[in-house]
Amino acid sequence: MQFWIIQGLNSLSLGGLLFLLSSGFSLIFGLMRLANLTHGAFFMLGTYFGATAMRAYSGLSIWTVALGAGVAVAAIGGLFERLVLSKLKTNPLGQVLVTLGMSFIISDACLVLWGGDSIPVPTPQNLQSPTRFFGFVFPTYRLVLVGCAIAAAIALYFLLERTRLGAMIRAGVDDRQMARAVGIPVSNLFTIVFCLGAGIAGAGGVLGGPILSAYPGLDGDMLPLALIVVILGGIGSLLGAFIGSFIVGFIYTFGTALFPELAYIILFLPMILVLAFRPQGLLGRLGA
Amino acid sequence: MKWIAAALFAAMLALLPSFAGDFYINLASQIVIAAIFALSLNLLVGFGGMTSLGHASFLGVAAYISALLTSRYGFGHGPAAIVSIVGTTAMAAVFGIIALRASGLGFLMITLALSQVLWGLAYRMSNVTNGDNGIAGLTRPMPFGISLDSAASFYWFALAVGSVAFLMMTTFVSSSFGSSLTGVRDQPRRMAALGFNPWMIRWITFIYAGFWGGVSGLLYVYYNKYIHPTSLSTTSSAEALLGVIAGGSGTLTGPAVGATLVLLLKNYASAYVERWNMLLGLVFLFIVLVMPTGIVPGLSKLLNRRGGPR
Repeated sequence: MQFWIIQGLNSLSLGGLLFLLSSGFSLIFGLMRLANLTHGAFFMLGTYFGATAMRAYSGLSIWTVALGAGVAVAAIGGLFERLVLSKLKTNPLGQVLVTLGMSFIISDACLVLWGGDSIPVPTPQNLQSPTRFFGFVFPTYRLVLVGCAIAAAIALYFLLERTRLGAMIRAGVDDRQMARAVGIPVSNLFTIVFCLGAGIAGAGGVLGGPILSAYPGLDGDMLPLALIVVILGGIGSLLGAFIGSFIVGFIYTFGTALFPELAYIILFLPMILVLAFRPQGLLGRLGA
Repeated sequence: MKWIAAALFAAMLALLPSFAGDFYINLASQIVIAAIFALSLNLLVGFGGMTSLGHASFLGVAAYISALLTSRYGFGHGPAAIVSIVGTTAMAAVFGIIALRASGLGFLMITLALSQVLWGLAYRMSNVTNGDNGIAGLTRPMPFGISLDSAASFYWFALAVGSVAFLMMTTFVSSSFGSSLTGVRDQPRRMAALGFNPWMIRWITFIYAGFWGGVSGLLYVYYNKYIHPTSLSTTSSAEALLGVIAGGSGTLTGPAVGATLVLLLKNYASAYVERWNMLLGLVFLFIVLVMPTGIVPGLSKLLNRRGGPR
């Protein structure tokens, strides 16, 4: 019983991390029609920033570090969008290729700066002791992580549905030309959304650090999970990314625990099912 | 004039081992393999409008099947090659059914996800694939009893396979089927209205490209006598895609030129800098920003300036 509960919680926490990763990916795809293959690298960059900061200054709380790393990664993403992606507006294939090139550059730069060994990220001290609940023991940090993902989902929901900025983003997602015609500065929105997506991924990288630790190849491990989440949930749908994240989190965790060698294959069965019966994803409206 | 140049070029390729040293002959073999791989990807990217980021799957799976069958299960090279090509082509048929549910960026994402899954399997199923250690100690085949262990004999073997591949892929795209493929790329709806089946045309092309990807994978494993999960990685797919785009997608010779450049760059740059991945990324940015249509179309535009566009 303890096994099922712990694995269930692990699934939830992985799902939460995946949501932090894929919500930005999905948002960027929805607005900019851009498959941002740098997203895994942004996540990894966040993890490395977090690992460095928390090992250098052990007094820092993980929240401060996550915020700082999120802002730093958002700034890098914003520069990339302004300097490179915005030059390629009429060339969607070119955009994908430069995001791929950028992901190679970032992951190789990480290898130069931090070396090839994995760097563990300490769990915050006040969250180290396990939580007891109905006689079962839970790792507190993982519970907190799930809470973070839910909080982020609610915050993003309010941002998109209840603010002026969100209304402009939604208008841009639905019809870019029309949005531009009524005076919405769509190019600026692109930059804002790209920064936002990169920032969430960077902060998510810090929060994922204590579970995953920072290692070269983390980007290559996370990106396919994000792609599968987004294909499952439907491109451009926040709720789709939320549901997809937890589905993938469960399948991956239980797959790894029960059939360690086949986890990768089990992972893409739901993707095939969804593609076979609903190619636009569970909650997607856009044809990719 | 054009034919004379082509004939001279062919003669030079065939006679290369008589005047070049082993290092250059081996480099040329690698170029031939990379060119077959890039040409097969170009069928999808250039002529079919399907940008795949998972083409290394076919190269890697063909190489792994052949390596496993010959080293572990005692197969001869002939049967192993047949099983590996048939298996890879069958896998292309299945992957095609999955990936062609989407088009454009969705297609790209699915091919990337599928190839990452294979890469992960090659890494983690270490009792089968030997994981990160790769499979070493492989041998080259001996077609008709001729040993391919010397640099020159392997080069001629690769060149023969490469010539057949080039001719067959050229025939494929210049056939009426090739015309319907470019038709589906440019005007899928109109083609459907004319009674063509766009899905079927794309699927057949995907399988054909997977077949040639598998052939290049066999040559790859014969050449290296070693196989490692990196040959299934995104970097491997991306190098080929860079070759296609740098050379000029949708042209017949462009991808071969592009693949040659990428390979030379990789060989020479890695002598000076360790950071091949970073360089690859920078070259990606450069090509896309500065030379989006590729080298071969750019050059032929220069040469034909008086004659106007073809």
